[in-house]
Amino acid sequence: MAHISKIVPAEGEQPGFAPGDRVRVGVRFPIGHYRVPHYIRGKTAVIERVIEPPAVNNEQEGFGRNAGSKRHYYRIAIPMTKLWPGYAGSASDRLCIEVFETWLERSPPEDG
Amino acid sequence: MAKHDHDHAKGSASDYVPGFFEIMEMAVGELLVEKQLIGAHEIRRQIEVLDSRTPALGAKVVAHAWVDPAFRARLLENGRAACEELGITFYDDTGLIVLENTDKVHNLVVCTLCSCYPRPVLGLPPDWYKLKPYRARAVTEPRAVLAEFGTIIPDDVEIRVSDSTAQVRFLVLPKRPAGTDGLSEEELAALVTRDAMIGVVPVEFHGDCRSSQ
Repeated sequence: MAHISKIVPAEGEQPGFAPGDRVRVGVRFPIGHYRVPHYIRGKTAVIERVIEPPAVNNEQEGFGRNAGSKRHYYRIAIPMTKLWPGYAGSASDRLCIEVFETWLERSPPEDG
Repeated sequence: MAKHDHDHAKGSASDYVPGFFEIMEMAVGELLVEKQLIGAHEIRRQIEVLDSRTPALGAKVVAHAWVDPAFRARLLENGRAACEELGITFYDDTGLIVLENTDKVHNLVVCTLCSCYPRPVLGLPPDWYKLKPYRARAVTEPRAVLAEFGTIIPDDVEIRVSDSTAQVRFLVLPKRPAGTDGLSEEELAALVTRDAMIGVVPVEFHGDCRSSQ
């Protein structure tokens, strides 16, 4: 069936990133337990998969501040060699991890 | 401190002193019941749910994916929905991504922040999965960790480490070993181990004449 046009989605309802997009993980150090491990903060990555359905921001929820606004998680991939200088292994080895949309920003194409 | 421990070590079971987290767990449980947020029955029931989950469930999922290509496709598309087809319920809000091992990719699962694990399909994680050496080293030197499990991955095979941190859990779909064409689905499931579904070892088959010297 063809999609019905002219439906306006609410803010955050549609994923902001698509598979293949280049992103950078935010560098923030808020107080509390945030489920973005330190070792990936500031790293550039490629979106591998959009995790459906959108989810409550569990970091807000953890502090009792769940306003009900949902966003997507993304499975992102980062080459191991970009994470660890002197990584012992194949250059194609990579790490995949899910990150909530609020921690990702768009990144320009790889400059090498 | 040492003297204190010593005194209890030689005591009988009635001298048992619970640890910090055990006391905290009891206190939280009692408070929740006292405030009527949940009933004691619900705690008991949830423990029963958790105890009913074992790696045998995951093994059945893997074996079914090996023999039924259409199921395998659905499993890779939406792990949770495919498991639910087989009657495996998900009692929490976690999703499940099934990661397929191939000749080109070997998947390994870890939770660096704590011990996230696909409990609905595998039950409780092994102790080493929860300890810091595995959690740190699986992401920094996965090939060395795998080698310690006896798993040597050739350099032209990509290692893909999945760090579970939020709402999705991961289950590795291991490669079906050679020589298993004649096995039934049940026999195949018996070959699939918990460790293979975490990705630290392959599934092995030594059951026929091919393995004799």
